[in-house]
Order: sequence, then structure tokens, then C-alpha cells
Amino acid sequence: MTVRIVVLAKQVPDPETPPSQFKIDESTNTVIPPNGVPPVVNGFDLNAVEAALLLRDAGADVEITVLSVGSDFVMDAMKKPLAMGADRLVLVDDSGLGNIDSAATVKVLAAAIEKDGPYDLILGGRQASDWDQAHVTLGLAEVLGLPLVSLVQKLELDGDSVSLQRVIPDGYQTITAPVPSVLTITNELGESRYPNLRGIMQASRKKPEVFSLADLGLSSDDLAPKLELRKLYIPESNKQVELIEGEDEADSGKKLALRLREEKLI
Amino acid sequence: MTSILLVAERDEQGEISQSTVQAIAAANGLVDSVVTAAIAGEAPASASALAVEKVVTLSSIDDADLGIYDQATAEISALVESTSPEVVIFSKSDFGSVVGARLAFRSDSAFAADCIEISNAGDGVSVTRPVYGGSALAEFDIVSSRAIITLRAGAYETNTETGSPSIEAFESGVNVEQTASVTGTVAEAREGVRLEDANFVVSGGRGLGGPEPFSVLTDLANALGGAVGASRAACDAGWIDHSHQVGLTGKSVSPDVYIAVGISGASQHMAGCSSSRAIVAINKDADSNIFKEARFGIVGDWEKVLPSFLATVRELKA
Ligand SMILES: Cc1cc2nc3c(=O)[nH]c(=O)nc-3n(C[C@H](O)[C@H](O)[C@H](O)COP(=O)(O)OP(=O)(O)OC[C@H]3O[C@@H](n4cnc5c(N)ncnc54)[C@H](O)[C@@H]3O)c2cc1C
Repeated sequence: MTVRIVVLAKQVPDPETPPSQFKIDESTNTVIPPNGVPPVVNGFDLNAVEAALLLRDAGADVEITVLSVGSDFVMDAMKKPLAMGADRLVLVDDSGLGNIDSAATVKVLAAAIEKDGPYDLILGGRQASDWDQAHVTLGLAEVLGLPLVSLVQKLELDGDSVSLQRVIPDGYQTITAPVPSVLTITNELGESRYPNLRGIMQASRKKPEVFSLADLGLSSDDLAPKLELRKLYIPESNKQVELIEGEDEADSGKKLALRLREEKLI
Repeated sequence: MTSILLVAERDEQGEISQSTVQAIAAANGLVDSVVTAAIAGEAPASASALAVEKVVTLSSIDDADLGIYDQATAEISALVESTSPEVVIFSKSDFGSVVGARLAFRSDSAFAADCIEISNAGDGVSVTRPVYGGSALAEFDIVSSRAIITLRAGAYETNTETGSPSIEAFESGVNVEQTASVTGTVAEAREGVRLEDANFVVSGGRGLGGPEPFSVLTDLANALGGAVGASRAACDAGWIDHSHQVGLTGKSVSPDVYIAVGISGASQHMAGCSSSRAIVAINKDADSNIFKEARFGIVGDWEKVLPSFLATVRELKA
């Protein structure tokens, strides 16, 4: 029996953008896309794709659908999960979705999931590297009324249930959850695979299936925000480092300890 | 009047946690705030002196719920429904991050995670939170009748203000069946002080080049009576357990001295340590971002710097 897995994925500015290139247009409260640094799929979402692929590697018959809500999609970025081995890419692509808050995102995701058909597991990354709210996937579980386990670092199918490891501050819990469930995946799962040439070729031939808001029976009225962004800015730092310089590096090390003692820090 | 429900948490001794005391300071900072604290289980001794109006105990939430938080979400939702607070504040802990987010959707409220400031804005409330990994700050107005907020540890001072709240029990009678079940817990053995509580933290990053150098960092941490931290890069490489990770998706620390060795100072790392009293950087690249965040620094190779630093620390401590 095929296990149908929906992986939620978001297009984000590359979080590895050098700080010097990270700029904000304060008149529109938006990040100015850095020159020559294309957007990427949120890293934790790739961990979620990887989690689904590991189930396939372990012998399960899985169908992996990647679902994303947004606008201005860059296909080179969004097709990476397909190149890694996911089967389908479903996009809710609508200009009205550029700047919605996460409460609205959850509504759209829920509608798209219901429309797209039956599923067994919904996986999302633990948080998105742009707004860092870490709650879209959790909210989706609430809205769909499904069991939820967050911060999953290991996942195994076990008949009608899933065996999980959930990261806690000093280790992990082992958990059994029913199917269907909603899970958020964390990077402790391990590095996500690089697409190989065959994967890239296959992905290039696949076309995303696209929904508009209207296809989902939604309009912009349904997406009223609960949070309104008033100001977005880069905080100023006026810290001045005091560099400790000795005759050589060993001497610097000694001087540093003495300097910290002088400041009564140690 | 702003009615605020503050969901309290406990420290290792079962007393009210530092992060909760900080959240009380945040709540009391709002104009005309009336604060109720809710706590799972019996009220600990420290609850009777909290600077709040009322403490509500929630006896239906116990350790069996840990990690899944179905009962906690149901019980706190019921409390919110019966008391209608305008703002609900959690700590940005495992518990707060999950229960807060679920509560927001269950009660159709706004949600803002990992806030560093809550303030009045006109008739309403606004929050400030780091975004883009800490590269930017965002100020949001809450445009919903209720806001659920998680607060970053260290964002507010640990207030010494006290009060004499009444203590009441709340019982919704709701008893949810667990949807998922916890079958075991595997905890990383810890020696010495907890990373989150340490006054000295020595953290290593990708610049250490492998797992072995962490023993030097451990020696230094032991000499200082502190704990060892790490960057995500070092944890992801498998050099040290993820429970040592400091940062946005790791632990938040605010020691007196935070020593970053071979760490570049990415915003997501600094998110976990920027409230330290003094940051000390040892990095061979003078242009590294860590020097923009540090108070003291050495531009150099840790292999050459650390032995003499450690030896001098030992002499000073002897
Ligand atoms: C959503 C998201 C969440 C994240 N959460 C976290 C988090 O919680 N915590 C975290 O740490 N990171 C986090 N990151 C990752 C973060 O962006 C950085 O990639 C990471 O912190 C880099 O680790 P590093 O400084 O050890 O490695 P690098 O950036 O590679 O830096 C290594 C440094 O070591 C120095 N070095 C090399 N050799 C030597 C030597 N011999 N002596 C002295 N110095 C030397 C180099 O000059 C360099 O500055 C997150 C990223 C994202 C996108």
C-alpha cells in the first residue's frame, strides 16, 4: 500500500547571504533580494524531504508530494526536492500570497491539502529561516485536527503507526504516533541529500501542478492578518571589540586571561 | 486594562523558572496590566511571592503529557476561554513553543514567537521579534482581539519585584486522550552545571576542525566552573551532541563570559548568546562577524592561543 506523504516547503532568501548583502527597504518593510544570490527552499523543509526519502530507502512504497504556498516562485529552487527524489510539486501560486501572515498561510495550506486528496503523513521543517515563527506546521495540525509531534529527528513506519525520535533539550524522546499525523522535522535528522544528475534530469521534465486561490475556494478576504508588520529594520550594533595582542599568539592567550581578571570577569 | 495570562514554568528544582520571572517583568511593563500566572501541578513555594494578582494551578497536566502536550493545550485553552485574557505569554521553551502555537490556532488568536519586547501601541499591543535569523528586527501590531506570545529568555531582566497573589485551582474537567504516546526518554549524561544556567560558557565551532579539540574546551570550562557549548556546524558534523548547540534553534545562554572559539558569529548563533555579559572571540579571521559582536578578541589560531589562556586561567583560579 502506498504511503502518501505531503511535505510542506517554503521558498526563502538564502540564509547564507553574507551580512553585508542583507538589506532592507524600510519604505516597504521588505528584504531587498541580494544580487546574484537566488532564493532557496528552506533548509529544514529539505530535512523533511529527506525524512520522506529515507522511508523510501528503507523499503516503503511512498509517494512524496511537495506543497508550497507563495508567489514569485523560482523554479530552479522549488524543483530541488523533485531532484532529490520527491514525486510531485504542488504550488499555490497567487500574487495575493506574497505577504500573508502565518495564520493565513495555514488556511491556504489546509485548503490545498483537502483539495489535493488523501494523505497519510504531513511533514514540515521545524521553522522557516525567514520569519522564524516555527508555527505553520503546528497550526496546520490544529486546523486539520490531526495528531502532532514536533522536532522529529528519526522516523520509521511501523504498520499503521510511526515510530519517532523527538529532540528535547537534553536528548530525545521515543514516541509512537498514529497515521495520519503531522510531524515537524529538525536538522538532527542528518544532512539532506544532494540531487544526482538523474534526479536533476527527471525534475527538469516534471511540471508543477498549480492552484490559484480561487481554485481553492478562497479569496483575499479569507486571508485577513492577525499581525501587521509595522517596521522591519537591521538593528544597529555599536559594539567595539578590544583586540588583545601579545608578542605571539601564546602571549595573547595569557594576556586575555589577565585582562578578563582585571575586569573581574573571571 | 490589559488582562494577561502568563503560563509559568519550573526550573530543575521545581520552583518558578527565571524565564517566567522575566516574563512577569514584561507583563508588568504594560500599561494597567492585570496578570494571572498559571502553573501545571501544585504551586511551588516561590509562587506565593510572584508579582502577579493571582496564581492558578492546573492539576490535570502532568509529566505523561510532556512532549506531546495534548492535555496542556486543552486545559490552557479552556482556561483562556473562561478568563478571556487579551495577551497570553509563554516562555520560548519546548513547552511554550508547542502549546503556544497550538493554543493560538485553537483560540483563533494572533501568535508571535520568540519576542524580545512587548509594548503598548495606542489601544493595542505590539511586539518586537528577531527575524531572518536575527539579521533583522520586526515590530508587529497585534490586530486580533487576543495575542499568544512566546518570550525569548534573557530579553527582560530577572525582576526581584514580589507580590502576594491569591492561589486558586482551575479544573476544566477536560481529559483528552493522548493522540501519540511517549514510550521512552534518552537523556545525554551531563557533568557539572547546566549549559543554560552556567556563568561561563566555552563554545566551539567549525574552526576546531574535529571532535578532539572539544576536550580542551571542556578543560577550560571545568577550570572556570562553566559548561561547553557549540555552533550548529560543530553539532551537525557530529563532533559534539546537539544538546550543546547554542543559538536560534539551540539553547539560549546568558553567562557572564561567553568564549567563542572557531565560531564565525552567524546571526543564528548570536541569537542564543548575545545577552551574555561579555563575549570573547578567538578566531583566526580578523574580518569574521564574531568580532563585531565581541567585547574582547584575539585574532589567532585557537591551537596556539588556548593552551596559554587555559594555563593562566588555572593559575588565577588557584
Ligand atoms: C534557520 C537556521 C537556524 C540556525 N540555527 C543555528 C543555531 O541555533 N546555532 C548555530 O550555531 N547556528 C545556527 N545556524 C547556522 C548558522 O547560520 C551558521 O551556519 C553556523 O553557526 C556556523 O557555524 P560556525 O561558526 O561554527 O562555522 P563557520 O561559519 O564555518 O565558522 C568557522 C570559523 O572558524 C574560524 N577558524 C577556522 N580555523 C580556525 C583556527 N585554527 N583558529 C581559530 N579560528 C578558526 C574561521 O575563521 C571561521 O570564522 C542556523 C541556520 C539557519 C538557516
